[in-house]
Amino acid sequence: MLNTLFFYFLSAIAVGSAILMVTRRNIAHAAIFLVTALLATAGIFLQLQSEFLFIVQVFLYAGGIMVLFIFVIMLLNLEPAARLAKFNRSQVIAATLALVLGAQILYAVFVGRSSLRLPALQANISPQNTEAVGDALFHQFIVPFEIVSVLLLVSLIGAAVMAKRRA
Amino acid sequence: MQTYVLPAIYAVIVILALPLLAGCVLIAERQFRAYLQGRGNSEAVKPGLWEPITEVTKLLMAEDVRPSGTNPLVFWAAPVVSLLVVLLAFSVMPIGPAFHLADPNIGLFFVFGIGSLAVHGVVLGGWASNAQNSMTSALGAAAQLIVYGAVTILGVLSALLLSSSLSLKEIAQAQLERGQWFIFYVPVGFAAYFLGSLRITTLTSLDSASPGNESDMAFISAYRGFRRCLYLLAGYINVILVACIATTVFLGGWLRPLAGYRDRFPGTSVELLDVLPAMVMMGAGIYFFWRARRLTVNIRRTGGFLVAGLCVVAAALLLGVLFTSEGFMQGVHGAFWFVLKACAYIYFVFWFRFEFLPAHRDMLSRLEWRMLIPVALVNLITAAVAILTSQDTGWPMRLTTLLATAATLGVAWWLFKNPPDELAALKAGGE
Amino acid sequence: MLSIAHYLILSLALFTVGVVGVLARRNLIIMLMSVELILNAVNINLVAFSRLHGSVDGQAFAIFVMADAAAEAVVGLSIILVFFRNRGTVRADEMDLLKW
Repeated sequence: MLNTLFFYFLSAIAVGSAILMVTRRNIAHAAIFLVTALLATAGIFLQLQSEFLFIVQVFLYAGGIMVLFIFVIMLLNLEPAARLAKFNRSQVIAATLALVLGAQILYAVFVGRSSLRLPALQANISPQNTEAVGDALFHQFIVPFEIVSVLLLVSLIGAAVMAKRRA
Repeated sequence: MQTYVLPAIYAVIVILALPLLAGCVLIAERQFRAYLQGRGNSEAVKPGLWEPITEVTKLLMAEDVRPSGTNPLVFWAAPVVSLLVVLLAFSVMPIGPAFHLADPNIGLFFVFGIGSLAVHGVVLGGWASNAQNSMTSALGAAAQLIVYGAVTILGVLSALLLSSSLSLKEIAQAQLERGQWFIFYVPVGFAAYFLGSLRITTLTSLDSASPGNESDMAFISAYRGFRRCLYLLAGYINVILVACIATTVFLGGWLRPLAGYRDRFPGTSVELLDVLPAMVMMGAGIYFFWRARRLTVNIRRTGGFLVAGLCVVAAALLLGVLFTSEGFMQGVHGAFWFVLKACAYIYFVFWFRFEFLPAHRDMLSRLEWRMLIPVALVNLITAAVAILTSQDTGWPMRLTTLLATAATLGVAWWLFKNPPDELAALKAGGE
Repeated sequence: MLSIAHYLILSLALFTVGVVGVLARRNLIIMLMSVELILNAVNINLVAFSRLHGSVDGQAFAIFVMADAAAEAVVGLSIILVFFRNRGTVRADEMDLLKW
């Protein structure tokens, strides 16, 4: 019962923050709403009994990526003229297209709803969640792990090179 | 219902006692800095132990102004985020073997993950102040938080290898099983953590010419009154937080020194070394009594005797607890050792910051930028090699970690003698 | 009683909002943030299914998605920074020259 309550509370925050994010004119406000959406998503992970992913989401997304976004937003002093509301038809078409896509996927979920029962929740969080994820990362997923480390190195070098001022 | 009583007590203690303890840290910082700088603390008007109360009253009586052009919600939220983050991270600190709010399996990771949100409090505060100076200072403080937060994590990771669990209670327990506090296994990791925590807790620039002036922590310059109080409170509770993390991970948590030594008094079930807390407090009481005899001002004399009396009462309490149940005694003594070690760590941090730092600021900066992160990473690798070697060959862990530390210090020495190219060019050009 | 359909619909809602953000907004930074939202929706999906099947593979893969999102945010933001330095705008409809 408490579980369901938490789920609805967190998903309300997540979806509400997401909608608020994409409709804000002020970029800094949008970034703040994205932080709350990400924290709510972290709560959803915790509610799904994946505690490692919960803390990685808080650490990496809310405490890392969003800090990066906020730094860039603060450093670029975007002029207020960019924040004027310009309503044009393409926005309505875009929104409609996205909603059609969403409706399609919703229909797919609806059709297959009989096979979507969750198993009964365990009494306590499996104490081995972190170990299990680490195990999977280093045994089945070792090759993607190494590739991701190279990917992060590449992105780091790329960002450092691009952000340097050419004298 | 039973399972909620102790966590509830803990939560109440954390929320009520931490601001008071932050006040104590404030007193300690100011008087210690004054003493090390060879002066008294505010000679003209000496609030002494009333200092936190006067500070807070002064802040609370200020008018609550909000600069124009700022977003009211963000302006309100930034100090709240700062304080919330620090208090939340305290919820998993084990002060005794069973005295914590929660013990998740990701305990240490939880503390650092929640702590990473502190950057938001700083940056949002600087942005919401609608002033260029605040913004720049906030970005600088945030950059410092991120980099030195990463350094502390690198330091803690090497101790984490020894405990093979992220839960804070199990980390402290593992120090009992391994036989030594982790600081003796990975001293370089502790050094990395120490230097990182030094920089996290002062969000001012350590390289500034005269620390303690108006431009320190400029990102809160637009905050007046209670909002500024929240920021400062968050800062001092942060000091306590890093001390508690250091105590749990490196200094053995609630374990008494030589926790594995279990000789008992003949005929009783009281262990020999369990009278240490009572002896420490009695020693403190005698010291305060001796100092209070020399004081001339009447109220300070009374205060000194009062403190001495309290210490003696605490010693009697700690002695009397020995004859109650085992669990209760472990809890009380555990709390005593934890608090003592955390206070020792805070003392060490302040000593380093106020004695060593002002004269050798450039040395520390050079050390950090040249060596800290590479040495911490090398320490992680050598500690891992040491642990695996000890498991495979059966050599004692102390020997292998000693060799690992020696190797790390060798690498550090080599790095010190061969600085990277740009710095060598600077050195040649004359710094 | 919660079933996985709840999580799927939540993931779908976040995904749709993210797609709307990417398609309907002109500001590059907001578009990048909406992409992050889409990746998060995918993560919720992955973790929900990992919970359904009782295996940890979905969670491990979600970590890869997060690492990818981090790398992409870094590179995307540095591109935005460079573009802003050169052109002074971050609106997508003002980036209409291949070479200037």
